[in-house]
Amino acid sequence: MKTNNKPLYYILFVAIFAILLPAAYLSGLLSINTISIWGRYFCFAIAALGIDLIWGYTGILSMCQAFFFCLGSYGIAMHLVLQKTSLPDFMAWNKITELPFFWQPFHNAGVTFALCLIIPALFAFFIGYVLFRSRIRGVYMAIITQALTLAMWLLFLRNETNLGGTNGLTDFKTLLGFDLSSAQVKLSLYLVSFAVLCLAYIACHRITRSKFGKVLQAIRDSESRVSFTAYKTANFKLAVFVLAALLAAVGGMLYLPQTGIITPGRMDVKASVEMVMWVALGGRGNLKGAVIGALLVNFLYSLCTSWFPDSWLFILGFLFVLTVLYFDKGLIGLVATVRQRIPGLHFKTSQTTNRYVADSK
Amino acid sequence: MLLTVNNLSVSFGGVHALHLDHFSLGEKELRVIIGPNGAGKSTFLDIICGKTKADSGEVIFKGKPVLGKSEVQIAELGIGRKFQKPSVFPELTVYDNLLLAVKTKKDIFSTLFFKVSPAIAERIHDVAARLQLNTVIYKQAGALSHGQKQWLEIAIVMLQDPTLMLIDEPAAGMSDEETEKTGALLLELANTHSIIVIEHDMKFVEQIANHLVTVLVRGKRLMEGTFEEVKNDQRVIDCYLGRTNAQLETL
Repeated sequence: MKTNNKPLYYILFVAIFAILLPAAYLSGLLSINTISIWGRYFCFAIAALGIDLIWGYTGILSMCQAFFFCLGSYGIAMHLVLQKTSLPDFMAWNKITELPFFWQPFHNAGVTFALCLIIPALFAFFIGYVLFRSRIRGVYMAIITQALTLAMWLLFLRNETNLGGTNGLTDFKTLLGFDLSSAQVKLSLYLVSFAVLCLAYIACHRITRSKFGKVLQAIRDSESRVSFTAYKTANFKLAVFVLAALLAAVGGMLYLPQTGIITPGRMDVKASVEMVMWVALGGRGNLKGAVIGALLVNFLYSLCTSWFPDSWLFILGFLFVLTVLYFDKGLIGLVATVRQRIPGLHFKTSQTTNRYVADSK
Repeated sequence: MLLTVNNLSVSFGGVHALHLDHFSLGEKELRVIIGPNGAGKSTFLDIICGKTKADSGEVIFKGKPVLGKSEVQIAELGIGRKFQKPSVFPELTVYDNLLLAVKTKKDIFSTLFFKVSPAIAERIHDVAARLQLNTVIYKQAGALSHGQKQWLEIAIVMLQDPTLMLIDEPAAGMSDEETEKTGALLLELANTHSIIVIEHDMKFVEQIANHLVTVLVRGKRLMEGTFEEVKNDQRVIDCYLGRTNAQLETL
């Protein structure tokens, strides 16, 4: 795991996920489903990077990242549905004879990819423009964006919206001519997701290190001081909001073919809160924390749902309370604290790091 | 005149916080504003820098009206503000705090692709050295002492290179030695900038008041004069001692 700035941890991270896991699958130790599950976690981690930029670095709690994630997923899903049929089944059941106009552009793969990015970006731009110009901040921002997500969730639930209602969109066969059920395609999607995660991480890392990134952190610390230093804070907040929406959408686009179904449940209130929790538990204001948080929480989710199926939300809630009370910088902050508490101790490998984390709990 | 203020008034919930008939400041003038708590000193600076909206009146800076402009527009006009409560970026290093302040293009794309030029780095280190921040330049600003935070904010304002500096209680929370250094720095800055300083500490005021002192009481201008005149004025003494005075009531 990446827990340190040293390149060793990056190499370890890449080695585990780009070489070890695929190798384990090819040698028959892991099933293709496990690989696919981790591929999905990478998509969440990409979205988590966006949440960390907007919330961890800029201090704006946006609760509509799940909605942007779903916009990406739904776009790809519409394209995949149109690959196998000219009129989706659910429309036929609703006695609709002609494909609605907004489905038409999704026949073309290139247009679909473009729209999956343009639509969330435009949404974010419009929402952000209105909210930031009116100087809405803090808890009001969180409430409004959450309400917006709820409204969109209700809209997507309706059959009249022609997006599959409660059942969502599913039963996909091919993507760009590749059979989605084949193991090779699944492995490729896993590797593509991992590569995109790495690229997104590098890009976000560059951004946070730039002066632009420092302005974002300055806005979090003292927005008025930034204004009086002649930066137009509304523009900066708008830019990072659109960027976070794009990252969520990219995550959603890669998520869809690996999971095979998208329903409005992906953007209900629970889902949007959960996305913020990944970053909180991993360590906000730290890109590594966002990635590790998204991967670990989702890994924990799949473990817990198989061991204690009914108690997942209790476990997550308990972890969240612990985080808020005792280590507000998340797992990453905890590791840093442990390092400081034990002077002269140098961790050679990630195994020892993890052991001390476990001990201190 | 660099800054001219006429009939400026603002009230908060029916209370007249400020009602200033006239105030003017020349080029490269250092003006000290004193007055008891609640006299409207900080409110006055808040209005000039765009933090608070005035109810009526006019503020002319470099021949342009200031009221109604946004904080950013006012900062771009060349007005820099140091707040009473040190307002720095605690999670950033001292260096980054200063880097953000440096007068350069401040839009999204220039900041995204910004590279620190040797000239800018030199300038930052220069200002940091003048304010004795060079030893803590890579420390987080939140870890600084109160006095150092005050200096950091003054450094931020200096790097913005404004024509007019609005400095609110620079010596608060400083030791005698630090206070004196701050005073010397302000006098030095006054050679190249116009400065308005708000201060309570009379020893400090005596040190820096090289020209005029304005006394505000209950949002109104009580008098303006040299430090000696102000110090010996019976009305000023009365209002600082809190005695009710017939002259004050009729003002």
